[in-house]
Amino acid sequence: MESGAELIRKIKEQIEEVDPRDVHELQQNGNGNGAVIVDVREQHEFEAAHLPGAVHVPRGYLESRIEGSVADRSKRVILYCATGQRSALAAHTLKDLLGYEDVASMRGGITLWKDRGYDVEVPRALSPEQRERYSRHILIPEIGLEGQMKLLDAKVLLLGAGGLGSPAALYLAAAGVGTLGIVDDDTVDLSNLQRQVIHTTGRVGEPKVDSAAETIADINPDVEVVKHQVRLDSSNVVELIEPYDIVVDGLDNFPTRYLLNDASVRLRKPVVSASILGFDGQLSVFKPYEGPCYRCLYPVPPPAELAPSCGANGVIGVLPGTMGLLQATEVVKLILGEGEPLVGRLLLYEALGATFTELKVRRDPQCPICSRDPESITDEEMGVFPDYEAFCAAAG
Amino acid sequence: MATIKIPPVLRPSTSGEKEVSAEGADVGTVLRALAEAHPQTESQLFGADGDLNRYVNVYLNDEDVRVLEGLDTSVGETDTLVILPAMAGGR
Repeated sequence: MESGAELIRKIKEQIEEVDPRDVHELQQNGNGNGAVIVDVREQHEFEAAHLPGAVHVPRGYLESRIEGSVADRSKRVILYCATGQRSALAAHTLKDLLGYEDVASMRGGITLWKDRGYDVEVPRALSPEQRERYSRHILIPEIGLEGQMKLLDAKVLLLGAGGLGSPAALYLAAAGVGTLGIVDDDTVDLSNLQRQVIHTTGRVGEPKVDSAAETIADINPDVEVVKHQVRLDSSNVVELIEPYDIVVDGLDNFPTRYLLNDASVRLRKPVVSASILGFDGQLSVFKPYEGPCYRCLYPVPPPAELAPSCGANGVIGVLPGTMGLLQATEVVKLILGEGEPLVGRLLLYEALGATFTELKVRRDPQCPICSRDPESITDEEMGVFPDYEAFCAAAG
Repeated sequence: MATIKIPPVLRPSTSGEKEVSAEGADVGTVLRALAEAHPQTESQLFGADGDLNRYVNVYLNDEDVRVLEGLDTSVGETDTLVILPAMAGGR
């Protein structure tokens, strides 16, 4: 009986071996002839690092799975493993037993490839703890591992850690949205706690951004919280929203809502917007240039007597919970690219009657902001409308 | 009679009513009928020129009357008008 080493040596004589240099050249030249590079190592080896663009068919599953990756037997197939032994055996199997016509094994495997200084791809993977934490997401076909990665990569800015921002932040954090920015210059007040559920009695007097960050850290250490303890205004709006993918608008007044609209149109950032009063809530997604903007819906703000948001007003505590979670749901949909976002639609919720009403919102071809090129929107124009400060003062 | 949904900010002007019925074959007539029944709503809905105030959105069922025929838009017996002013509360 011959030894294993002898067998491998003999098999290597019967198959074609290529040098990593040839495979690298092939890749550099755009792999014009469409060769398939197959990694035949085990799962954990592949996950640690592999050749760019390689497909993975472990040698143990070669016979049963190769057709899934390479259906055409006349195609050029280059196999590799760690050092070139397993891939030589696999090449032999493909050629002699499965009838693949143009098979080669890469000499020296990925070890020699790396020694030559060629790049490898390190695939991202969830840690075992993350797989457990997000298992109910991963089970949903619309999310899966890929969707969870998108959530972890996403950067969402919450304007306000108040009524709407609290529930939105809690669930976005739990969902594993990787970066949550929070803009709020306020401190926790006892009267907030009836609805602002991210804060606690023990944190009355603390900055809301600190309190929110503490709660989020307790829920999910995967989330990086970026604290912006400032008031959103025309001097900082562009700088604040620029690094983020999506903005969640939980602002409490018209001037900043118009300001946010104008800046988000200029920067093409989608805004998931909600507002609440008493038992009534409104919700919409403003996705610049794909749907209407806030000014298309409300070209001018209402006068003081019809704009109760200027002062402190009553709201039933559960309402911002409902509306903030509808916002969080729209954010997750936007990140995943799934479903029909609430673009061009306004959802009204009336809690006492338990009714939802949906209205159409059209883009205004004469919109002073979103009918123009984003680059033409100047700093001076943003958030401008007639005489609002005086009018809020009048509203008390 | 068409049904008009009254937003929270206008409810003090309709004795707290959330829905009001009013006669009329077009949006303008229905809203005028509302203003007649509840005079306090008039200045909130209409400007001095008799047009709808720009800050008041009115929807016939789910469509903005601005993209239909404005105050001349026909209204059927079973239609619903939604009056919608902007809200800004978030806290």
